[in-house]
Amino acid sequence: MLGLGKKDTLLLGIVAVLTILAPFIFNPFPVNSAMAQFNAGYPDLLQRFVIFGIFAIGYNLLFGLTGYLSFGHAAFLGVGSYAAVWMFKLLSMNVIPAIALSVLTAGLFAVLIGYISLRRSGIYFAILTLAFAQMTYALAYSVLTPITGGETGLQLALSDPRILDGAASAEGNLPVPGLFGLEMRDSVQLAVGDWLFTFSAGYYFSGLVMLLAFYLAIRIFRSPFGMMLRAIKSNQQRVNYTGLNARPYTLAAFVISGMYAGLAGGLMAAMDPLAGAERMYWTASGEVVLMTILGGVGTLIGPVLGAGLIKYMENIVSKINSDILHGWFAFMPDGLEDFIVSIIYPFIGKGWHLTLGIIFMLVVIFLPGGLVEGGQRIARLLRRRKSDKDEDAGQAKTEAAE
Amino acid sequence: MDAIILQILNGLDKGSAYALIALGLTLIFGTLGVVNFAHGALFMIGAFCAVTLSKLLNASYTTIDETKTDFLGNPLKVETPYVMDWFGPEAGAAIIDWSVPLAILFAIPIMILIGVIMERGLIKHFYARPHADQILVTFGLAIVLQEIIKYYFGANPIPTPAPDAFTGSFDFGQLIGFEANQIIYPYWRLVYFAFAAVVIGAVFAFLQFTTFGMVVRAGMSDRETVELLGININRRFTIMFGIAAAVAGLAGVMYVPINPPNYHMGMDFLVLSFVVVVVGGMGSLPGAVFAGFLLGILESFASMGAVIDVLPGINQIIIYLVAIVILLTRPRGLMGRKGVMEE
Amino acid sequence: MSKSNLTRRGVLKTGTLAGAGLAVPTIFTSRAHAFTNEPTGGTVTLGFNVPQTGPYADEGADELRAYELAVEHLNGGGDGGMLNTFSSDALEGAGILGNKVEYVTGDTQTKSDAARASAKSMIEKDGAIMITGGSSSGVAVAVQALCQEAGVIFMSGLTHSNDTTGKDKRANGFRHFFNSYMSGAALAPVLEANYGSDRKAYHLTADYNWGYTTEEAIVSSTEAMGWETVNTVKTPLTQTDFSSYIAPVLQSGADVLVLNHYGGNMVNSLTNAVQFGLRDKMVNGKQFEIVVPLYSRLMARGAGENVKGIFGSTNWHWSLTDAGSKAFVKSFGEKYGFPPSQAAHTCYVQTLLYADAVQRAGSFEPCAVVEALEDFEFDGLGNGPTLYRAEDHQCFKDVLVVKGKENPQSEFDLLEIVEKTPVEQVTYAPDHPQFSGGSLGTCNNGG
Repeated sequence: MLGLGKKDTLLLGIVAVLTILAPFIFNPFPVNSAMAQFNAGYPDLLQRFVIFGIFAIGYNLLFGLTGYLSFGHAAFLGVGSYAAVWMFKLLSMNVIPAIALSVLTAGLFAVLIGYISLRRSGIYFAILTLAFAQMTYALAYSVLTPITGGETGLQLALSDPRILDGAASAEGNLPVPGLFGLEMRDSVQLAVGDWLFTFSAGYYFSGLVMLLAFYLAIRIFRSPFGMMLRAIKSNQQRVNYTGLNARPYTLAAFVISGMYAGLAGGLMAAMDPLAGAERMYWTASGEVVLMTILGGVGTLIGPVLGAGLIKYMENIVSKINSDILHGWFAFMPDGLEDFIVSIIYPFIGKGWHLTLGIIFMLVVIFLPGGLVEGGQRIARLLRRRKSDKDEDAGQAKTEAAE
Repeated sequence: MDAIILQILNGLDKGSAYALIALGLTLIFGTLGVVNFAHGALFMIGAFCAVTLSKLLNASYTTIDETKTDFLGNPLKVETPYVMDWFGPEAGAAIIDWSVPLAILFAIPIMILIGVIMERGLIKHFYARPHADQILVTFGLAIVLQEIIKYYFGANPIPTPAPDAFTGSFDFGQLIGFEANQIIYPYWRLVYFAFAAVVIGAVFAFLQFTTFGMVVRAGMSDRETVELLGININRRFTIMFGIAAAVAGLAGVMYVPINPPNYHMGMDFLVLSFVVVVVGGMGSLPGAVFAGFLLGILESFASMGAVIDVLPGINQIIIYLVAIVILLTRPRGLMGRKGVMEE
Repeated sequence: MSKSNLTRRGVLKTGTLAGAGLAVPTIFTSRAHAFTNEPTGGTVTLGFNVPQTGPYADEGADELRAYELAVEHLNGGGDGGMLNTFSSDALEGAGILGNKVEYVTGDTQTKSDAARASAKSMIEKDGAIMITGGSSSGVAVAVQALCQEAGVIFMSGLTHSNDTTGKDKRANGFRHFFNSYMSGAALAPVLEANYGSDRKAYHLTADYNWGYTTEEAIVSSTEAMGWETVNTVKTPLTQTDFSSYIAPVLQSGADVLVLNHYGGNMVNSLTNAVQFGLRDKMVNGKQFEIVVPLYSRLMARGAGENVKGIFGSTNWHWSLTDAGSKAFVKSFGEKYGFPPSQAAHTCYVQTLLYADAVQRAGSFEPCAVVEALEDFEFDGLGNGPTLYRAEDHQCFKDVLVVKGKENPQSEFDLLEIVEKTPVEQVTYAPDHPQFSGGSLGTCNNGG
């Protein structure tokens, strides 16, 4: 189906179903229960899941397939957001031209940086991309303030021209990005018993884009072009000896992956029309590397899982405070309650970085293949229990490429 | 002219910190082949060794002074350090005053211990793993170390001054025939430069002139052959890791009076020190030191008012710009070897 | 577009398309709400969005302490703090409009993206009706714009840039803290009295928006009294060692160094400047001096001995002796064991002001709250008589000029008040050039 093999169709189908049902899946707890703290099914976070998913899928097309470790991918995301916000300011609040321009701008930017950086490989390539991204960040934060808004970020203003929309801002409030009248922040809510589910237009729009991006990524993985990239990863010299020039292929992969980042940046601006320079800082570039490795490098679904985990930690764990902890353990005797709270407290709220660091270490120590490997191990364990047959190593290997 | 001399001094001073950190990073990479993202954290822990010692020396008992009141109107609590009691007020005050130099003695064993534990407990298992895994696990470790320090010391910088004898500045200009106040330089920064030179010299001498160092160098260039000779190279490499940690730690201890330390000072240096290492050439010790000083000096020149006026923003990007130019003209950095970390 | 079927979580307008597509209208909640996150069930949720990680984490922690104290007082707990001294007596310690006050917390990380994500989750998930907090102007401006769009009130925490109530002002946003212009206007006379009117100033300025507005404010107010500006040099935000910026200062012939830096930048640049022995030098026959326009106690603590004798301005200080300040210091000090910072003070006051405005308006509706706050005059909250000006939602009150204390008695006793600059001296016209551009727009009820 759609030019995909059976397994890939199944994977795409599963991802599509999960994406559609995400508002239910991530809201498993009733609104007023103590566990509601762990609900992640609100529009903003769901949007972040899919947007960073796109970013990580794109990053994986470069790193997972060619092995080139770029340490400056956040620059493309940032440039994409700036392009989109400028489009909102100058042309129209419709998201289509904005996202188109952000993909295009990020692509052009990637051609430039990729052309120079790909002259080197290994850590030298990583440092070149890092240097370009850091320069972009530093300039955007300071001397380019008239274009980028600097510290406060690039924002919409009532006085923006917005040539196509005209006087949309008559009521004194800023217009909202939309898709031919469907505003990105529109949503409907469904209350079932104590549960409350929110379906946001912005989320489903981003989700659809992510599915397209995911589909395209599968096609690239399975194409001759993808094979070529993997050949470059395993042995670039041998590729050169066969008379093929690897550079155009790696450059193409770099640009495609930069465009994915631009797409993510454009979507971020479409969901929330503000573009700040911090999203280009080296830690942001590091974050996408971590997402990819955490989820599973070179696998299709891994980067999305990694992106989800990191964003979940950032948005959910950081919001648990000592009050909430005391609420959870209120049923215990006082001394025990304080004891338990004091043990957990360093890991939540302001200590969420600590938990994140520990998870990084645990995953990479025990699951070298990332979360995907964890899933596979569990699946294998279950299967082994079912039929006492041994898995053959070959099959495990092909699975690792998913 | 005087402005240029001043910026060269600044560059040498900044370069000393870069060179020390890059030296340690390169030692680890050259011996163990591991990319250590926790190296900045080791620098930070060194700095907090100095803070801890200064806090220990300031450990006090409390007496209540009824004649004064605190902000709530209660009697004021007066704290007297134990050291002052034990050694008398003057000797005690002198010991507290010299806490940063004393911390060098305190930090060396601690840092070597931390280094050895890190290598045996964690890094050892990552020799055969891809560099990306090494980066991730050491980055995770860096975050954990950083958060532990933050938990105990807070996020705010903690002022830990140099001994009184080294505060103030030295009129360098008058010495070489300029007018007064044209080229002045703080004593402590001169101390830092001298200290860095001694440490760098010691590391090179150790590798060059001792048998241990010779074996380590042999192991760096051909590990297998050295092992075939029946030498336990692993143990020596573990010790080198400890030494590299100590070098980073000492750089941190001595840095404390220059800028009050905070828990993320390691991260501030991390990216920069990687740029230094790569510009110097992966695996080259002289390259790391040379690149450290070179980038320090260029960064200082770029921050001169006259330069910024011509090229606005150049002070923000100079390091990265230089790194790009060098890597494009010299594929393996200034002194790198072929085939190292190029996959 | 229908506005009928929204719940307390309905930040967002109902999409007809999505609604039609799902076609199960009967189970959609249909309680009609007039505005975003209207409180139901006897409780009201406030969102405290402060930096919990990153360099300003300690400042954020102090803000959070103040918020917890404010909530306690609003709900009738503790000793009531400033509720007893506040000139408006609408609040009675029985929650807000009878609703018990609850709160959620989040981490801004001092990044505008993270701050907006955190604020959004408070609005979309936790049903917060007001967002407050923050420790930098970048974050304040970003979150203020978000709250405007979402239709909730934003009571900013520590933000000093002119832009927050200047070119980036919003109808739903309010600032109690003072700003760069006020710092300049308050400092200039004190500097003139202490250092004379014939001085040459050298500025080091953090290279981002707050730095620009502060430099502009200090330059224009010091030049007005006769100082000459020798040079202004921008320093990168990520700079940690300022030696190469400090070293050339003496060669320039300047005799005053102004450090337009905040947080870690300020701690390091001041430490470096003192290290270079600048304060021991005589230039042009005068003692060399250093000025730090915006002071905070946490920064003073970070810079240690180096702050002694250095002038700066601050919004509030715990050593003030008016009844409001004393009440606040007492309840904060008894609860936490040390005196509050100015960040804690402004956050506490903002919470009280919001609660009071709701109480007086008789409604949580953002537009009613805006109306109640605009041109509201009050006293007893530590800064003397204060006006929340309608034109730009900025508070006008006395500004404190402080100096690093020579003989501190404790680790919190670092600054001493030199002068309380009266409000008239720091008031400016709403269309002052330093605040030009931008407009409030109209208040947004969201929902």
